[in-house]
Amino acid sequence: MPENRLIVNSSPHLKSMRTTRGIMFDVIIALVPAVIFSIYFFSYIAAVIVAVSTATAVLFEVLYNLVAKKKQTAGNLSAVVTGIILALNLPPVKSSIWIAAIGTFVAIVIVKMLFGGIGKNIFNPAIAARVFLTVSFAGQMTAWVAPGVDGISTATPLALIQNGTSVGYLDLFLGNIGGSLGETSALALLIGLLWLLARKVITWHIPVSFIGTVALFSFFFGQDPLFHVLAGGLLLGAIFMATDYVTSPTTWIGKLIFGFGCGLITIAIRLFGNLPEGVSFSILFMNALVPLIDRYTVPKSFGEVKANA
Amino acid sequence: MLNYNTLMKQKNRIKGGVKTPHYKNTAKAETKVMPAPEKVEITMLHHIGAPCLPTVGKGDQVFVGTKIGDSDKFVSAPIHSSVSGTVTEIKKRLMSNGAYVDSVVIKSDGLQTIDPAIEPPVVNTREDFIRAIRESGLVGLGGAGFPAHVKLNPPKDKKIDYLLINAAECEPYITSDYRESIENSWNVISGINIVMDFLGIENVLIGVEDNKPATVKVLNDIADTDKKITAVSLKSKYPQGAEKMLIYALTGRKVPAGGLPMDVGVIVMNVASVSFVAKYLKTGMPLVRKRLTVDGAVVREPANVDACIGTYIKDLIDFCGGFTEEPYKILMGGPMMGVAQYTVDTPILKQNNAILAFNKKQSILPEQTACIRCGNCVRACPMSLMPQQLDLLSNSGNAEGLVKYNVMSCIECGSCSYVCPAKRHLVQAIRKGKTIVKTKGSK
Repeated sequence: MPENRLIVNSSPHLKSMRTTRGIMFDVIIALVPAVIFSIYFFSYIAAVIVAVSTATAVLFEVLYNLVAKKKQTAGNLSAVVTGIILALNLPPVKSSIWIAAIGTFVAIVIVKMLFGGIGKNIFNPAIAARVFLTVSFAGQMTAWVAPGVDGISTATPLALIQNGTSVGYLDLFLGNIGGSLGETSALALLIGLLWLLARKVITWHIPVSFIGTVALFSFFFGQDPLFHVLAGGLLLGAIFMATDYVTSPTTWIGKLIFGFGCGLITIAIRLFGNLPEGVSFSILFMNALVPLIDRYTVPKSFGEVKANA
Repeated sequence: MLNYNTLMKQKNRIKGGVKTPHYKNTAKAETKVMPAPEKVEITMLHHIGAPCLPTVGKGDQVFVGTKIGDSDKFVSAPIHSSVSGTVTEIKKRLMSNGAYVDSVVIKSDGLQTIDPAIEPPVVNTREDFIRAIRESGLVGLGGAGFPAHVKLNPPKDKKIDYLLINAAECEPYITSDYRESIENSWNVISGINIVMDFLGIENVLIGVEDNKPATVKVLNDIADTDKKITAVSLKSKYPQGAEKMLIYALTGRKVPAGGLPMDVGVIVMNVASVSFVAKYLKTGMPLVRKRLTVDGAVVREPANVDACIGTYIKDLIDFCGGFTEEPYKILMGGPMMGVAQYTVDTPILKQNNAILAFNKKQSILPEQTACIRCGNCVRACPMSLMPQQLDLLSNSGNAEGLVKYNVMSCIECGSCSYVCPAKRHLVQAIRKGKTIVKTKGSK
């Protein structure tokens, strides 16, 4: 009996089927409705932006690993997720095609890989890239157009409301409004949320506390809570970007604090800031606080007598 | 008719845990009794505590039940021959824990003559009982192997009001405790009664996972005359049978970190251990045989086998029809906490409850990739620890941080490693972390 082949390793000897790649694949499936809706409302340009963004995200990760002589990691599909999410953050105009390539470079190379790759980055790559693009290419990043092939320039609902124009809830819900590819259709994003919850990819804590805080505070300040929930990138941010594992807390209480903080900053920027949009900045800011939140939300272990000083 | 599943519900739901597959392939078949092999090798360490010293030498004649090893240390248990024959060699064997231990090799004469000195012990007092249990060589048969006479003799200031019987058997594959409960139900119940009487314990709860309703029914049926013994159906969720989890599920009490069950007034015994107590008081035959589940993809005829302690794994496998293909991993115990063996020439121990043999596909674990901080391990940990944090701290050798994050509380159940999508070797890192803390502490 050739027993020198016997493998000896530490227990356990049984592993679940779930993999990083599988989780990322579930996120991609959850993003599909938003992509389909964006193509429906904004025509082929949306498809081109998503394709370019995804392709360049993967390309930059592969190139980085080649240059840095590291093991290829694109197989875990996280670059695909980042690529799609970044595309959903861009306006549906031609300039977004090259903007996307710049954005994925920032997201993948600078925000993710230079910090050590997946799991090590402090900031959500797509969010950091969106903020970078917003401040660097303010014109192109706010080139909002109304849905339809004609591409008539328009304002986003949040900007419209500041001018006193009202927007119908149904249009907001379906996405028949101006805005970035993915943030317009609440329905598509909510379908994605249901998928993520059903597949146990994420828990309810961050989306609910984030969205709930925004709704609550907009109500307190005499604003229309439903409008604030449906408008802007709130749902996209709360469902797909604030819930990024790497850049959010791991315990449920930490997640609630994180979501609450995101909501608070979002509403503060929307109501008192110069920008109509606060979601990206709020998530970026809260990302930086995650290590701190993690430190103060360590669960009490089973049978713990008292805190070990 | 009484519905035993609703008779008594578990008191508390354990936190965390994972839903592992059950693979209870051997549950249906009756235990096969394996004849004495030509040669057995009985190591001098079957338990937690001090190893025994051989009390026999090369060339000595031994019988079934003859004491061959003992220790003057308190936390230890004597060891007996499982065959009749001649001691051919006393050698050093490398154990799974990395220590070299004396090991007595006995060539069987095939007669299985019982030691003439063996007779049922005279037990009148609690002291007699504890002494008898020590002489029986009983150790915790659930897997840990804690000497039973130590467990059953708590200091006077510890008031024990619950005896809990562990028949949860939450590890995949293993069905040896299930077969014990079904085949030797009367021994289980009378063993419980004996322990209750001598230790003056009033309440007994038997914890069984709900994938084994037969155990609950059978034990409740025959325990009916004594209302203080109840088999309780527990949710099938790994690690329901871990001692601290079982105590919490059945009584709602939490064993303090670093403490023992007796600190919360509880003694926990495995169902096979308590059954042995009854058998021993009737016959006086010490612990020399053990039922093991022999299973895994490459075992031709998986079965529960009643085998002599000291039987080599390869003989046990041969008794089960041999291997169907080349084994890549041999485990002592279940897949979640079992110990991988480096050779099939390893003899089985008292506290072994399974030998599993895996094929190549089952044996090679996926490579570990970067932690994505998904938090699945945090949710899976029944001890409410943060395994991903412990992994980081262990890899950076941060003893202070490891203590802060309660590394020593880890029960090494493997739930975190099981759920990890990045396939991190979390338990391995935590074990390393415990060593880091221990060595730093002693400096």
